[in-house]
Amino acid sequence: MKNKSLVSITDFSKDQYLRILDIAADFEKTPNQKLLNNHVVASLFFEPSTRTRLSFETAANRLGARVIGFSDSGSTSVKKGETLKDTIIMVSGYADIIVMRHPREGAARWASEVSSVPVINAGDGANQHPTQCLLDMYSIMQTQGTLDNLHIAFIGDLKYGRTVHSLVQAMCNFNATFHLVSPEQLKLPSSSKMHIKNSNLTYHQYTELADIMPVADIVYMTRIQQERFSDPLEYEKVKNSYVLTKSMLEGCKPNMKILHPLPRINEISEDVDETPQAFYFKQAENGVYVRQALLAAIAGVK
Amino acid sequence: MNKDQRHLNVTAIENGTVIDHIPANNVFKVLHILNLENNKNQVLFGDNLDSHKYGKKGIIKVSNTFFDKGEINKIALVAPTATFIEIKDFKVISKKQVEVPDYIQYIVKCFNPNCITNVENVPSLFTVVDKEQMKLLCHYCEKITVKNNIVFV
Repeated sequence: MKNKSLVSITDFSKDQYLRILDIAADFEKTPNQKLLNNHVVASLFFEPSTRTRLSFETAANRLGARVIGFSDSGSTSVKKGETLKDTIIMVSGYADIIVMRHPREGAARWASEVSSVPVINAGDGANQHPTQCLLDMYSIMQTQGTLDNLHIAFIGDLKYGRTVHSLVQAMCNFNATFHLVSPEQLKLPSSSKMHIKNSNLTYHQYTELADIMPVADIVYMTRIQQERFSDPLEYEKVKNSYVLTKSMLEGCKPNMKILHPLPRINEISEDVDETPQAFYFKQAENGVYVRQALLAAIAGVK
Repeated sequence: MNKDQRHLNVTAIENGTVIDHIPANNVFKVLHILNLENNKNQVLFGDNLDSHKYGKKGIIKVSNTFFDKGEINKIALVAPTATFIEIKDFKVISKKQVEVPDYIQYIVKCFNPNCITNVENVPSLFTVVDKEQMKLLCHYCEKITVKNNIVFV
């Protein structure tokens, strides 16, 4: 993996992402390992982010690397009209690894082609967010002891949620069964269903959240975003349709855990936070270990 | 078929290429894709000519110009039925069929308005994931452009 960019979840083989998960487990045991003392990590966030940016920067700091960059393109020469290509060529002359988020789809792929140093995609528009996918897999592995043969339920906005698309794609390697709960307008796109079918796996579609409770090993909640609806009335109709409450957890499997890429709005009620099924804050913490593993592997020190 | 038209069809060139069996009304797209708009040699073309095989067809004859496989396959999107006939000293040297290529670069615009190729000066690149239905997977944004949405740069 040394010097390899990670733009899309398909850039790494199954063995390669299993190796990242292994290294992440080691960083969880011993988070402060100064393996990147002589490295500079560029953190280029052309659009704002809280968790992804902070966890990448925490990961770099725990490895002893120094971090340069920006958290909003408003304060950079992008505002003066500099192209992405020019920005990336310049930064790749300063830093050893580039971590970037960009509002345009395909921006990270393009950056990886013009950069002389590896590029890690921290989200390109609605396209890919591979490190989120890796930390989701790490959390599944951690809570279930395996990635194989699981029943995974996805709830909410399955149409636009890029984390859902990537995780579906990745879990197709592990003989998963998919349970899909969404309003009619936000069903999983046919391209993702194709992945499931091409892997000879099955999916079931539901409109009621309660239906999946007795079967799911993992319940992956997502936020339904207002901006996805052209008609505000349609949003009002569905926004409260998939709210997970504590009482709904009765009768779930004993090993069931709830994941959410965060931020949450109201789709998981706060009384769920105290239950043994709630795993989303730990999941966000896992993002640091997974990103440490990725930085270390790409730098060639692990 | 009247006599004048037949005359046009068989007008010979000494050296160059005849591109025959272009679907009617796609001649201008072929001229554009092969950059014949800027060719300095003699270029003759006709559209909506009678064709035994296809009913109507287009044809292009260009002197002193020959096309390699990559260029020939570029027009697969608009003229999959076309034949490239190479002429030397008024004689047919070879006939080449168009084949749908595995990759399409530069000539097609990605359908996704939020794709980086539509925002910055990035040459487009697609993998042809379905040669029958002409489905093009963008190398950058990973979205599929289907036949009906294909626009040429």
